Amino acid sequence: MKPRPTSPARSGFALWAWGGVALSPCVARASRIGELTTNDVTAQAARFFTFADPSARWALLGALLLGLSCGLLGGFLVVRKLSLVGDALSHAVLPGVAAGFLWSLTKNPFAIFVGATAAALLGALAVEAITRGSRLPQDTALGLVLSGFFAVGICLVSMIQRLPTGSKSGIDKFLFGQAAAIGPDDLVLLAAVAAASVLAVTLFHKELLATSFDPGFATASGLPAVWIHRGLMVLLACSIVVSLQAVGVVLVSAMLIIPAATAYLLTDRMNRLLAISAGVGMFAGAMGAFLSFLGTNLPTGPFMVLTAGGVFALAWLFGPRHGVLARQLLHHRNTLRTARENTLKAVYHALETREFEGGDVTIPELAALRGESAMDTRRAIAMLRPAGLGDLDPASDRIRLTPAGLQRAGEIVRNHRLWELYLANAAHFATDHVHEDADEIEHVLGEETVRRLEERLDHAERDPHGRPIPRPTANSTRAQR
Amino acid sequence: MLSSPTSPSPVSPPLEIHDLTVSYHRKPVLYGIDLVVPAGKLVGIVGPNGAGKSTLIKACMGLVPVRSGWVKFFGQPPSRSLTRVGYVPQRESVDWDFPVNVMDVVLMGRYGRLGLIRRPSRADRDIARECLERVGMLPYADRQIANLSGGQQQRIFLARALAQESELYFMDEPFAGVDAATESAIVTLLQDLRARGCTILVVHHDLPTARQYFDMLLLLNMRVTAFGPTEEVFTSELLQKTYGGRLTILSEVAHAAAAGSDRRIP
Repeated sequence: MKPRPTSPARSGFALWAWGGVALSPCVARASRIGELTTNDVTAQAARFFTFADPSARWALLGALLLGLSCGLLGGFLVVRKLSLVGDALSHAVLPGVAAGFLWSLTKNPFAIFVGATAAALLGALAVEAITRGSRLPQDTALGLVLSGFFAVGICLVSMIQRLPTGSKSGIDKFLFGQAAAIGPDDLVLLAAVAAASVLAVTLFHKELLATSFDPGFATASGLPAVWIHRGLMVLLACSIVVSLQAVGVVLVSAMLIIPAATAYLLTDRMNRLLAISAGVGMFAGAMGAFLSFLGTNLPTGPFMVLTAGGVFALAWLFGPRHGVLARQLLHHRNTLRTARENTLKAVYHALETREFEGGDVTIPELAALRGESAMDTRRAIAMLRPAGLGDLDPASDRIRLTPAGLQRAGEIVRNHRLWELYLANAAHFATDHVHEDADEIEHVLGEETVRRLEERLDHAERDPHGRPIPRPTANSTRAQR
Repeated sequence: MLSSPTSPSPVSPPLEIHDLTVSYHRKPVLYGIDLVVPAGKLVGIVGPNGAGKSTLIKACMGLVPVRSGWVKFFGQPPSRSLTRVGYVPQRESVDWDFPVNVMDVVLMGRYGRLGLIRRPSRADRDIARECLERVGMLPYADRQIANLSGGQQQRIFLARALAQESELYFMDEPFAGVDAATESAIVTLLQDLRARGCTILVVHHDLPTARQYFDMLLLLNMRVTAFGPTEEVFTSELLQKTYGGRLTILSEVAHAAAAGSDRRIP
């Protein structure tokens, strides 16, 4: 199957936002936190952290286990661009949950597990059948299955709620999740699925990696890509089903995608991605369990998703490489560097005009050359000092470049003229078209490219306008870049 | 795929294709292909767009369902001989933002030999490193693949195929969108592989260089128009037959088959 490429970061963000919307019906209940006195909150927190309350123990353990398995499997969903599959499967389980409930007429976790897993796998098969038997793309098939199965599930749930038996109480917990309702039976299932996920990801790490990156090549080299995919889907279905009690049908897909999307922003290696994703999942699970425990009967799912969403937002903003701030900072640094290098270039031009004789350049001279006010020129020169490239000599009020500054100035002018020559000679640009492009390129050419350019141009001495191409000595100190 | 009962003989050709038909959504893309490729040859697969060049390779590698016919590598069905066959898919077929580095990708060439569960050993890493060296990409071993140029990406794919240590190679447009330096590096690599006794089939788009690079040419347009030594096959008549409109009726019928009717709308 060829899924549509979607940015995992964006889908994670969308889900997080959606989590907020889904929470809104619960806001009325959540406001009870405010009604609790400070003493109550402290007492509840103490009960949670001392594990005095068995339900708190189970809730925390269950939340950690579900965070682990959802985080690990979600990592593969995101890199396989199957984020929507988690969403579709989690909605597809609802009729199975209801059927399992009807079958046993109690909240028997095992009956519900069987029913829900069967429904999820049926959903996965339906997606495959729709995609294969028609011209519909996969995301459309996923949307169809998601809403169709969910509608059936809602019908069954409302049927159950009209049943005369008193055992109907648990079913609504499956919509938004209630970690406090996790019992020992649920824990057994959660532990089994988490163990299976860890085992599968450890044993079949190589197979999962290869079939995720390049399924065609993996198949061609003899790896059972189709079976790996099906195995992943079965594990995913099981993981979703056991998580339902704690997170709820509506939000379980968020626990698959948000931790993985967070990890995707923080690393470029798959095993680190899985570790971070599992860690974020477990943290979000534990926080969700804790926050919902503070107020009685608060749904757990939304708190887990909001915690995960908070971590995602932090990674999105402050991630060291792919974060928004890091990118802004890099952009800002590049802008400053370009400005400094343009100043250096202007000084070089001024020096060149007087054939490198007659002492240092004055402020008015440079201002006239750059077509700006003396104030602006002073400001530009002041920017050179922190970078150790040059300064204003206080006695003579002339511009003095450091050896590093002079070196960099020569390099920039060389880059500019080499690039102009390359465009004019090798790429057949008209000589009056090359200047603007060279103004951009001069700041980004690396030494390796420069060396190749020089070779390509037979170490030419002059640019297309007849000006000499400088040869700054390579071993002198390099300016800070 | 049907397999033939004949047993492998020591002189079995690297690749034998018998009456292979492949169709997408009932529309035939390859029609009754018969082909026997001798060992140690550098074979170019040329033909117009939509001629089924990539499909032929994918059908051999078991990546597209085959409607009829069979493929054998070294006289054996593919399921038993996959480790002897290497593959270079089109560069655009993967997501280059995937969280792996160059070394990870090249190591994937070893996975088929390792079998399930087993992890790559130090020896596998050494082989991968050697393959990176052969394509001139060893200094990039720890780079994230997103930061590579098109030519570098292609070299990585070649290194991964080299790590497969195969005797028969299928390469899907390895020259597409690469710089001149990479193109000549690939040609040298292909000749080196041939010198080691490998057989290589390469989907290629550029006719003048096809004549220059390959020992044999397969002219393909839904059918095999010609297959033979380059100097015999590279004739204006055969090229015209491959690229010209001789097979229009065949492709019209194919369209009709896809639509479920041969009656054309006036």
